[in-house]
Amino acid sequence: MATVFAYIAHAGGRADDSALELLAAVRTLFPGADPVALVAGSGPSLEAACQEAAASFAEVWKFDQEALAYPNAELLRPLLARVLPPGALVLLPHSTLGMDLGPGLAVKLGAAYLPDVVGGSPLEGTSLQAVRQEFSGQVSAHVACDVSGGAVVTLRSGAFKAEPSRSAGGRVVDRSADAGGLSARRRFVKLVQAEAGDIDITREDVLVSVGRGIGDKENIALVEELAEAMGAALCCSRPIVDAKWLEKPRQVGTSGQTVKPKVYLALGISGSFQHLGGIKGSPFLVAVNKNPKAPIFQAASVGIVADLLELVPALTEAIQKGK
Amino acid sequence: MEILVCVKRVPDAAENEIAVEGGAIRGDDLVYSVNEWDNYAVEEAIQIVEREGGSVTVVTVGDGDAEEVLRREMAMGANQGLLLSDPAFAGADGLGLATILAAAVRKGAYDLVLTGALADDGAAQVGGMLAALLDWPFASLVNLVEVDGSRLRVGREIEGGTQEVSDIDLPCVLSIQTGINEPRYVGLRGIRKVASVEIPVLDAAALGVTPAAAKVRRLDYFVPPAGAGADMLTGTTAELAGQLLGLLKAKGGIK
Ligand SMILES: Cc1cc2nc3c(=O)[nH]c(=O)nc-3n(C[C@H](O)[C@H](O)[C@H](O)COP(=O)(O)OP(=O)(O)OC[C@H]3O[C@@H](n4cnc5c(N)ncnc54)[C@H](O)[C@@H]3O)c2cc1C
Repeated sequence: MATVFAYIAHAGGRADDSALELLAAVRTLFPGADPVALVAGSGPSLEAACQEAAASFAEVWKFDQEALAYPNAELLRPLLARVLPPGALVLLPHSTLGMDLGPGLAVKLGAAYLPDVVGGSPLEGTSLQAVRQEFSGQVSAHVACDVSGGAVVTLRSGAFKAEPSRSAGGRVVDRSADAGGLSARRRFVKLVQAEAGDIDITREDVLVSVGRGIGDKENIALVEELAEAMGAALCCSRPIVDAKWLEKPRQVGTSGQTVKPKVYLALGISGSFQHLGGIKGSPFLVAVNKNPKAPIFQAASVGIVADLLELVPALTEAIQKGK
Repeated sequence: MEILVCVKRVPDAAENEIAVEGGAIRGDDLVYSVNEWDNYAVEEAIQIVEREGGSVTVVTVGDGDAEEVLRREMAMGANQGLLLSDPAFAGADGLGLATILAAAVRKGAYDLVLTGALADDGAAQVGGMLAALLDWPFASLVNLVEVDGSRLRVGREIEGGTQEVSDIDLPCVLSIQTGINEPRYVGLRGIRKVASVEIPVLDAAALGVTPAAAKVRRLDYFVPPAGAGADMLTGTTAELAGQLLGLLKAKGGIK
């Protein structure tokens, strides 16, 4: 088997949670492989991240360059294309960085690209069998990937459960010299934090969440009334914010807020992983959806197949009467 | 600014229940539409051209049916369409599609290429591959574009809603995230106006490409096992509301 590499994302001197998930994926997909961790950055925080990676990976390649202080995919891509051996098997998290870096890296390496993997079986010969999801998780697919010329594989967050580190006591190999002279035609300028809203849904115990199934802006009033009757806060999926029906601070999901309620009522939400990725702590999740096969029912504690436009007013009324 | 926007015709996941039969997606009664993300890309291109001048070309790889999505985006305001069609293109994987599109880019004189961030197959790969094949810089998940001479200032949406701001040189490829703008409404009048406009078709020979054999092949579709699954409530609307009220009270969901 060709050498397996795992790209370690890190911030503030801490390796990202994805690092151990990549390791778990290696054990599933490439059992027996001793993956090499790739850690790029600059200064003391890089050093700390390398030490943390060395607790789980037997070998860590460190790339220390001022230019890499921010993980700019336009710099990381040529760097990795330069240092990785032919036929390398490269694992990345399917994060916004992985999506930015992965497809072009596969092209530059002449390797196969296998994105957003949620499962798979051990490599047989040069064919890797993996599971992907399509149509927001409504269907899954088995895919076969020819890795004979190498492969770049991105892994969905949470799909491979992180195992505790094995105290690999790994060695850090300083490959900074190989990372010299990098320049990019896309230059990082700054980060702009999401604006804070007048409501902090991350602190709420009871959330009523509305998705595209609401159909129309006018119908938002229905769920506002329900939330008020319940004494709950109103939040939503991304399309509702894209349509400007509710403000961004109310968006739950990977590109929105991470919430930890006790009760989460999901109305007309299909249950994409980006939405569910923003809900932590396994709340009592009630899903109302008119499609009995909606993926949200796999995550829900209680499911109701119904038109929310009929059920919501009835529920609001029942609460108002019952109080 | 000459802008090329790559669009795709996909089964509309909001309109269809995607069903699997014998390892394939059941296709008889599927409703198709433009991939959601692509509408935002086309709208962004139109807005840039409204500010900076130039023109917007929409391009797709597909068969004759794919023409309808080009017409829809032209009704929205794209200046021209381009259909890349050849029986040899059937079954192309992400790299195959990017190779065909790269050939079309080389035939034109574009300053900027936009794609949607993702299609409903969820792979988010064509834009990044296209950029690499062209050796142009790339930014994914873009939710802000400002033109500044021979470069753009772009915002990428990263985790938690944080925006990563960068400067990127032209020509470049950007994949566009939803929410960057409000795609304009396409009325029947617009559709009628472009109904008879001729859309050039380029085949493999005209483009000078032979897509390589796919390295990634889909073996089958399946419906994932329901897992632990939810307790499903049944009854009339009033009964459902009553049961739900009881459960919510018991779990502290009503204050
Ligand atoms: C990089 C990236 C980041 C993202 N971040 C987020 C994020 O932070 N949060 C997020 O939510 N999404 C995010 N998304 C988008 C995500 O992939 C989905 O597109 C989105 O979550 C879908 O929202 P939805 O469930 O409301 O809509 P849909 O998927 O369209 O689902 C609507 C549901 O409503 C049901 N329905 C329709 N009418 C009714 C009715 N009358 N009664 C009952 N049910 C009905 C339908 O059956 C369907 O299941 C992100 C995507 C990307 C690519």
